[in-house]
Amino acid sequence: MVRVGSFIFSLFFLFQVASAQTFVQGKALADASLKEKAVWMEKLASDDSEEATRILQYWLDGILVYWPQENRLVRGIKEGRRYQLQDLMTEEALGAVSSREIDRVKTNNSLRSALKQVLGSRQLGSSDRNVRLSAIAELKRRPDYKVLPLLKKREASEQDDQVARQLSELIGLVLLESAEANDQMEGLRRISGGLSPEVKDSLSRFLLNPNLDPGVVEVAQRELDAITRSLMYWGIGQDLFFGLSLGSVLLLAAIGLAITFGVMGVINMAHGEFIMLGAYTTFVIQQWIPATSMWSLLISIPTAFVVSGTAGIILERLVIRHLYGRPLETLLATFGVSLILQQLVRTVFGPLNQSVVTPDLLSGALDINAAFSVTYNRLFVIAFALCVLVTLWGVMQRTPFGVRVRAVTMNRGMASSMGVQTQRVDALSQLTNVGPNLGQSYIVDSFMVVVFGGVGNLFGTVFAALSLGVANKMLEPLSGAVLAKILILVFIILFIQKRPRGLFALKGRAAED
Amino acid sequence: MIGLRLRQLVFASIIALIAYVFLANVMFPASMGMALDSYSLTIVGKYLCFAMLAVALDLVWGYCGILSLGHAAFFSLGGYAMGMYLMRQIGERGTYGHPVLPDFMVFLNWEQLPWFWYGFDAFWFAGLMIFFAPGILAFVFGWFAFRSRVSGVYLSIITQALTYALMLAFFRNEMGFGGNNGLTDFKDLLGYPLTSDGVRVWLMLSSGLALLLSLFLCQKLLATKFGRVLVAVRDSESRTRFLGYRVEHFKLVAFVMSAMIAGLAGALYVPQVGIINPGEFSPLASIEVVVWVALGGRGSLYGAALGAIVVNAAKTFFTGFYPEAWLFFLGAMFVISTLYLPRGILGALEDLAQQVRGKAPKLSQEGLS
Repeated sequence: MVRVGSFIFSLFFLFQVASAQTFVQGKALADASLKEKAVWMEKLASDDSEEATRILQYWLDGILVYWPQENRLVRGIKEGRRYQLQDLMTEEALGAVSSREIDRVKTNNSLRSALKQVLGSRQLGSSDRNVRLSAIAELKRRPDYKVLPLLKKREASEQDDQVARQLSELIGLVLLESAEANDQMEGLRRISGGLSPEVKDSLSRFLLNPNLDPGVVEVAQRELDAITRSLMYWGIGQDLFFGLSLGSVLLLAAIGLAITFGVMGVINMAHGEFIMLGAYTTFVIQQWIPATSMWSLLISIPTAFVVSGTAGIILERLVIRHLYGRPLETLLATFGVSLILQQLVRTVFGPLNQSVVTPDLLSGALDINAAFSVTYNRLFVIAFALCVLVTLWGVMQRTPFGVRVRAVTMNRGMASSMGVQTQRVDALSQLTNVGPNLGQSYIVDSFMVVVFGGVGNLFGTVFAALSLGVANKMLEPLSGAVLAKILILVFIILFIQKRPRGLFALKGRAAED
Repeated sequence: MIGLRLRQLVFASIIALIAYVFLANVMFPASMGMALDSYSLTIVGKYLCFAMLAVALDLVWGYCGILSLGHAAFFSLGGYAMGMYLMRQIGERGTYGHPVLPDFMVFLNWEQLPWFWYGFDAFWFAGLMIFFAPGILAFVFGWFAFRSRVSGVYLSIITQALTYALMLAFFRNEMGFGGNNGLTDFKDLLGYPLTSDGVRVWLMLSSGLALLLSLFLCQKLLATKFGRVLVAVRDSESRTRFLGYRVEHFKLVAFVMSAMIAGLAGALYVPQVGIINPGEFSPLASIEVVVWVALGGRGSLYGAALGAIVVNAAKTFFTGFYPEAWLFFLGAMFVISTLYLPRGILGALEDLAQQVRGKAPKLSQEGLS
C-alpha cells in the first residue's frame, strides 16, 4: 500500500510541478519500480527542457544518482570505490562520496532502448547536423510507428539536404510498420534506392508479414531485388578499391625490388628490412613531432627515403659489389643482412610492435553511400604509389641516369664497354628502396609480384601488383583470407610454368649462359 | 689428397659417434657412467637429422645447381607422415579417450577420420608415406618446373612460395593436421614408449645410420655417369642440353631423391623432439638449411653434413646463453660464408692444407657460381 501510495503521490507531484526545474528532488525516481520508471520516463519525454534531456541522457549512461543528503538528483561518476558528484546543470563538483551515501537510478534493457528512442527523437531537433544524423541512424535500427508525427514535423522544417534524405528514408521505414496499404506504398516509395543494411532488413521483415496487399508485395519484392543487386555491385566496387590499395602497397614494396633485380641482377632479400627501416624512421620522427600534425608526415617521408637509401648504399658497397654475377650468393648474403637488421631493430626498439599513429588528415573516410566508403589513408596510399611511379618513370625515361640504368639492365657488358659506369648506376639504383609504413611481411608477396610481372619491367610490376592485390581482395570474401592467399600462391607457381620469365619478360640481348 | 682425408675424417667421426653410443648406451650401459644422458642423445639425434637434410639439399644445390628455398617443406611432410602414425598410436590414451580420432579432431567436433588419415595406424604404410608424400610433391612440382625450364632465382622464389603456401595451408584447422598446434603428445613408437632411454638411443642410432646411408648412396650416385651429367647440368645447363641430354629428367630424379632423403630426416626428427607443427614449413627454416650447406661447403656432401652440425651446435649455444646474439651470428655467417668462404669450411681447410704444401689452391670455383 505504501508503494502504491508513494507512486500516486509522485505522479501527483510531477503533474503539480510540471517543469523539470523542480524535478531535482528525485528520491521517488530512484526508489521507483521498473514499471513506475517507465511512466516517469514518458513524463520526462514530454518535457522539452534542457534539464529533462540531461536527466534522460545521464539515466541512459547509468550515471544519474539520487543524493539523499541534499535530496536531489546529481551526476555521479564512479572513480575507484567512490563517486564524484556533479551538479546536473552546471557540472559543478559537489565532492566525492562512498556508494552507500547515494542511490543510483537503475535501468534495464527495455528501459534503456526506450530511453534511446526518446533521446533519439529529441536529438532530431538539435542544431548540430551530426547529432541529427546519428539520431536518425539510431532510430532506423528500431523503426517505431509512434514517432511518425514527430518525424513528419521535423521533415517539414529540415534544411540540410543530406539530413532530409536520411529522414525521409527513416519515415519510409516507419511507414512500413503501418497496417494501411497506402502508408506502406508511401514507405516503399521513400526507401527506394536506399542501400543501408537497415533498409534491407526491414524490407525482408516486411515481406514476412502474411496480411499484405498483393500489389504491395510485388512492389516490395521488386525493391528488395533491386537493393540486393546494387549492393552486390557496390560490394564489387568496394573490393576493387581495397584491392587497388593493397596492390599499391605491394607496388611500393615490389618496385624497388624489381629495379635492383632488373638492373643489378641481384635479389635483395633485405628489401623487406629496408621497408622496415623506413617505417621505424616514421615512428622515431613521431616521437619528436606530434603524430597528429601534417608536418610529421611531410618530414618522415623524405627522411625515411634518405635512411633506407643510405642503408641501401652501405649494403651495396660492403656486400653486394663483391658478389656481382652470382645471384644465388647475393640472395644468401642479403638474407644474412636482413637477419642482422631484424635483430638490430629488435634490440633497439624492443620485440613488441610499435604503433605508428595515422595523422588526422588521413584518418576518416569519405562515405559515398551506405555500401561504399573510401578511407582516406587507403586513398593516400594509392595516390602516393602513383606519385612514386610517375617520378620513377620520369627518371627512367627522361634523364641521362635513367638511360644508363636501362642500358645496364639490357646488357651489362655492352653498356660498360660503352663507357657507362655500371658500378655507380648500381649504387644509385639502391636509392629507390623505400615505402611508407609497411611490414616486413610483405617480402614474400613482393617477390611474387616481381616474378609474376617479369623482371626489370616497370609496367609489368605495376600490372602484377595491382592485379594480385585486386585478386586477393576479390577472393577473400569467397574463400577466407588464408585460402585466398594460398590460391594466389598456387596460381603464381602454375603461372611461372607457363611463362618462366614473368608476364612481361624483358627482351634482353644477353644470351643465357 | 688432404681433401679426401678431411672427408674421410667426417665420415669416420660419424661412425665413431655411432659406435660410441652403441657401446656405451646399449652394450655396456652400467659401466663407469660413460653413457650419454637422454638430453644429449636427443640433441645429437636432432643434429644428425639436420645433417641429413643438409645432405639432401646439397645433392640438388651443390651438384645440380637447383637452389631450393623450400626443402623444409619436404622435411616437414616426412615429419607429418611420422606424426600421423604416432598420433594414431595414442589410441584411447588421449585426453578425450576417443578410440580412433586424435584429440584435436574430437575438439573440433569431427565425426570421423578424414580419408587421408586412413592407413596411418600401420607402420609400414606410414613408412611408405614418409618417402612418398615428399617424393610425389617433388615429382609434380619438379615435373612442371623443370619441363618449362624455370631456373635460377625464379625457381628459388617459387620453391619459397611452395613452402609458404603449405605453411599457410597447414595452419588451417580445416586441413585436418591439427592447425597451429600441430601434432604432439605422442606416446609410443612400435609399441615402445617414446620417453624411455632405450628408444631414444635407438632413434639416435637410426638417425646416424640413415645419415651414413644417405651419404653413401649419394656418393655412389654421383660417381656414376648419371652423377657426371648432374654436375654438367650445374656447370652449364644449355651446353648439356645441346649435347643431347634430357636435362629436365636428370634434374627431376635428383630433386625427387633429395626430397625423399629430406622426408626421412623429418620422420626421424619428429619422434625425437616430440612435436611437429606448421612452423617447420616457414620460409626461414628452409633458408637456414641453405646456410648450413653454404657454410659447410657447397658441392661436398660431407661439408654439408658438417655445416649442419656446426651451425646447429652454435645455435644451441647462442639461444641458450645469448639469445639476443643468435640472429646477429646467423646473419654474419651468411655474409661471411658467401663473401669469404665460397667453398665453405671444408673447402677453406682444403685450400689451406694445399697452400701449406706449397701448391696453388684449386681453381674450381667458377663452376659453383
